[in-house]
Amino acid sequence: MAPTSAAQPSAQTIPALDKIPITLIVNGVARQLAVAPWTTLLDALRDRLDLTGTKKGCDHGQCGACTVLVGGRRINSCMTLAVMQDGASVTTVEGLASDGQLHPVQQAFIDHDAFQCGYCTPGQICSAVALIAEGRAKTVEEIRELMSGNICRCGAYPNIVAAIQQAMGRP
Amino acid sequence: MINFQYSRARDVADAVRLRAAEPTAKFIAGGTNLIDLMKENVERPSRVIDISRLPLDSVEETANGGVRIGALVPNSDLAYHPLIAQRYPLLASAILAGASAQLRNMASTGGNLLQRTRCYYFYDTATPCNKRQPGSGCSAINGVNRIHAILGTSESCIATHPSDMCVALAALDARVHVTGSRGERAIAFVDFHRLPEDAPERDTNLGADEMIVAVELPPEGFAANYTYLKIRDRLSYAFALVSVAAALQLDSDTIRQARLALGGVAHKPWRNSDAESALVGRQADRAAFAAAADIILRDAKGFAHNAFKIDLARRAIVRALTQAAQATPQSQAIKKIR
Repeated sequence: MAPTSAAQPSAQTIPALDKIPITLIVNGVARQLAVAPWTTLLDALRDRLDLTGTKKGCDHGQCGACTVLVGGRRINSCMTLAVMQDGASVTTVEGLASDGQLHPVQQAFIDHDAFQCGYCTPGQICSAVALIAEGRAKTVEEIRELMSGNICRCGAYPNIVAAIQQAMGRP
Repeated sequence: MINFQYSRARDVADAVRLRAAEPTAKFIAGGTNLIDLMKENVERPSRVIDISRLPLDSVEETANGGVRIGALVPNSDLAYHPLIAQRYPLLASAILAGASAQLRNMASTGGNLLQRTRCYYFYDTATPCNKRQPGSGCSAINGVNRIHAILGTSESCIATHPSDMCVALAALDARVHVTGSRGERAIAFVDFHRLPEDAPERDTNLGADEMIVAVELPPEGFAANYTYLKIRDRLSYAFALVSVAAALQLDSDTIRQARLALGGVAHKPWRNSDAESALVGRQADRAAFAAAADIILRDAKGFAHNAFKIDLARRAIVRALTQAAQATPQSQAIKKIR
């Protein structure tokens, strides 16, 4: 099929690279940076703040590898602009451990071998931390449903559910 | 993603003013659909106008006993809000049938109404698509069209509207409150989204400089007899092939009022008043449900890969009306269909 003009380079004037100063409270530390409007929160975390624990999987909100907590709520960091999150408190996988102690969800993932390649794991763990805080999942079915935004292509799902049950205190 | 400018609206009037001044600008709220489409080069706004901090994030009872939902209420907050969970469980169920926990935390009420089709050709800028590039042709009509519409299609477009939430809002007779340069108005939900006809680039009847400020629910929530049944290729985190919002008012076994809306089958949430009136006064049984399904699907037309949807929709309608009549709504966690 013939390509349409939408595939051609934009005829619009490309704006000058006006970077916008923002502050993100990342893992409890205020970080000031200037970002282009089109910089996603994910790219700001990884490329600007060197917090590469948060992974870029699909970059389209379909896999959950980029899950972080903003104001305690789990979101896909690939689907929001950094400039929109100016002033927000962001927790990434790097911010979950405290005083050298792994977060209970991190420890549970190790205890249950809840990963294989590990690429989805930071997103799974951040998502699970929020899931437990939300308090809506009680059964295995509810855990599976409310974790469905995190894809694991290695198929570690049974162990992920077991790890979450342990961290919830529901063996 | 192309480069673009960024503005943060100070208030609703400022947002409308910014949009009116720059027709190629787009509002951004949750961003879950717009940023995706910008990365695909399908949406190419010159500016995004950030409305996410405007005070349109409350759920409030109205004087007549209904509920007014601010346009920026996140989908998750809405689904779990006590007023919605208790009085409009059909809406809560439909919201929880869609997307993922993360996306529901981000996506706004107004944005859900304005999300665009997931037709693969709309997303693929190397192919013709009348919705993306008016006049270029429809690649789906003679292409791969398994997920496409069976009702209300045109020669220009056979795309579907992807929302679950909107199917429930259509069934509940919601109203959409909008504001623009020429003031405020309210649009009945069934009149908000459009059929493709010869202008599939227009998904809705929202004016170019208008923005959604609220969605209002009437007092009747059908909390006793309802269901949202969604059929899809995987059990979670997938768009509907067919979905059914069903709501009944029963007097013993006799149907006093019926609402029936379909998702995944048309360019808008699909309702048919003839099918609903045919149910009124009848016993709530399989024969009545099948007759209503026949009416709503009377003009259904399949394409090369999606004709299965006609039979799937018929069975889903009968099942959903049965679930509603028996007060056994579909669980969105336990996926077994009973």
